[in-house]
Amino acid sequence: MKINIKRESVAQYDVEIEGVTLLEVLNEIKTKVDPSIAYSSGCRSSVCGSCAVRVNGREVLACVCHVKDGDLIEPLKNSEVIRDLVVNMDRAYGFNAKAKAWQSSIAENISLSHEDEKRNALQSDCILCGSCYSACPVYAVNSEFLGPFSLTRVWRYVSDKREQNPKEKIDNIQTNGVWDCTLCNECTLVCPQSISSKADIEKLRARSVMFGYTDPSFSNFGGGLSF
Amino acid sequence: MKNSVIVVGAGGAGLVAALNAHKSGAKVIVITKEYPTRSQTSMAQGGINAALSNIEEDSIELHVQNTLKSAHGLANIDAVNFLCQSAPEAVMWLDSIGVPFSRTKENKIAQRKLGGAYAARACYAQDYTGLKILHTLYDRCLAEGIEILNERYLLEFITCFDKDKPFVSGVSVLNKRDGEVEIYEAQSVVVATGGYSRVFHNYSTNSVASSGDGIASAFRAGARVSDMEFIQFHPTALKNSSILISESARGAGGYLVNSMGDRFTNELAPRDEVARAINDEILKGNDVFLDIRHLGEEFIKNELPQEAKLAKLYENIDPVYDLIPIKPAAHYTMGGIEVDENSSTCIDGLYAVGECANHKVHGANRLGGNSLLELIVFGKQAGESAAKYAKNFDKTTDMSGQKNIADEQIREIKEHKNKINFYAKQRELGELFYKYVGIKRDKLSLQNVLNEVIKIKKDLQKMGVSDKTKEYNTNLIEFLEFKNMLELCELILISALSRQESRGAHFRVDAPNINEKFEAHTVVSKERVVSYEN
Repeated sequence: MKINIKRESVAQYDVEIEGVTLLEVLNEIKTKVDPSIAYSSGCRSSVCGSCAVRVNGREVLACVCHVKDGDLIEPLKNSEVIRDLVVNMDRAYGFNAKAKAWQSSIAENISLSHEDEKRNALQSDCILCGSCYSACPVYAVNSEFLGPFSLTRVWRYVSDKREQNPKEKIDNIQTNGVWDCTLCNECTLVCPQSISSKADIEKLRARSVMFGYTDPSFSNFGGGLSF
Repeated sequence: MKNSVIVVGAGGAGLVAALNAHKSGAKVIVITKEYPTRSQTSMAQGGINAALSNIEEDSIELHVQNTLKSAHGLANIDAVNFLCQSAPEAVMWLDSIGVPFSRTKENKIAQRKLGGAYAARACYAQDYTGLKILHTLYDRCLAEGIEILNERYLLEFITCFDKDKPFVSGVSVLNKRDGEVEIYEAQSVVVATGGYSRVFHNYSTNSVASSGDGIASAFRAGARVSDMEFIQFHPTALKNSSILISESARGAGGYLVNSMGDRFTNELAPRDEVARAINDEILKGNDVFLDIRHLGEEFIKNELPQEAKLAKLYENIDPVYDLIPIKPAAHYTMGGIEVDENSSTCIDGLYAVGECANHKVHGANRLGGNSLLELIVFGKQAGESAAKYAKNFDKTTDMSGQKNIADEQIREIKEHKNKINFYAKQRELGELFYKYVGIKRDKLSLQNVLNEVIKIKKDLQKMGVSDKTKEYNTNLIEFLEFKNMLELCELILISALSRQESRGAHFRVDAPNINEKFEAHTVVSKERVVSYEN
């Protein structure tokens, strides 16, 4: 099986093994053929979020994806490539801090029900692999967009009864936040944990409206000045 | 800078230590070789123990009793009491910062029974307990503005001497991105770098990063290590990939069956017993399976979603309808850096916490649900101790020349003749360890493996890196990890050879009974001399 890996240029590797994950193929190449190839991995079981790459243009976890002859493996988009398949995630993860994706204060003795748990069980499954961030087309026009995983994280905390100041969370995501999303759904399609950041952003929009915010592109409509 | 604490490692233990050192007023920097959320903690599925009695009657005394029983006489009773007494508060704290624990119908934190426990004691968040705790801790660190330096590989803990007493003055690290050595000065340093299960290579449930770097570096710096021979094998790793299937599957009523479909052991006995029973079946030529089919699709979907997904992905079977093929795999290392009742090592200012440390709460065999607990309880202690020490620090340090020393080490490795592929050696060593230093051991085999380890160490000059570049050289990082693991392999073997008895996870075929003479902790000195201490 031949697979192509984007390094400084595209390099082709011929490997004997088949029917295994991309991560196993990369390990085979690294330990037996070319130790200089750089990629990240950790748990091998799709929970640490280290090994996201693109296969034929689509974001996947290398430890989950089965590769086939002729596949093209590339690093994630929207982040600086450090080497081969390794990207620098500092800027991407930095959006969690900009979005203030945390509980605003310590909340003691707040009773949560089974239904409360279900409200953000899925969102808190996020492994921060960065697949959604890579697939998001908004970065082509707005490099300051808070982005899908950070906004999902905000929804996780806003939707939790332990959050004492949801308005402050919502206030913080109006600029470069919920309204900058095009609702294209690319993030949902690539999420290995079946999270839909698009749906979470829609919920954050609804909550924003409840706090008196409106879609800025909509208000432009009303003024008629954009046309 | 005065009053500064460096935390090396950003899993659960490191982040809790960082939060508490910060809260105590220290300037904290967290350094990790990956990113915080990629740490081993993310893989913990089962739960975190606390006697809350949310499901059935439980007590701190019972938690203590179960922990001590599983430890087989090797735990420190005071430390275990402290751990179990602090447990309810630890879980309440996690709840207060937003950890999305599963809930009962009565709006309480849900709990389930794990092996060796007399009550449903493990608080969980579906089967993503570790992931959700780790991510919430990370978010908390961001909220507190704690500085985190990603992708720095630990080289050495730097020590100075005050009269004859060593104290820590900082760390040297390799910035993986630009390949430059960086020196960080601090008044105290917390080691939170995780365990060493990856010496078993492909026969471990752990992340590839669990190479014991912090223990090896601390040992080189003069810290004492203890109980290194005690390595827990998780009974149920997937047969082909060694990926973990949580104990919660058995806690919920899952069976272990052999090729004939017969149950052959008490599924909820402590891990060492279950792992040995499975090993015996495999040695008889049987395959072993985990059977959760009778739990039903609805239950598996709601309570064990990750298990179901992993079985489908890595064994290509659906546990709702099929048996899950399993084998035991190295899962948790009980041994580690010796610490006292303040989480301090024997080097002033150097603290250790988490799997890399030996707080003597797990003894010869850790109880499921106690490792996440340990991170929270002792993480707080280590962070507070480190901050207090840093505040009162009044010694003079000399860091000059440290960068040159580290640069020289890296340069020297890059000049090794690369005649032997160290990756192949690593694989071979993992197989030898699984076969002879795993679930069952004997003197002759241990000695043979020790000879092999010494031989590989001698041959290190003939192994090296073919990649000589600076930027993101994972070939070099993996070689440094391999070197650390080799050092730890030697310590494991010396300890296992010396302990001529069977206790908990350490089972000697040639000495199958417990021997009171060995009811003490194995300590290995820098000269590699073994002694036993209580």
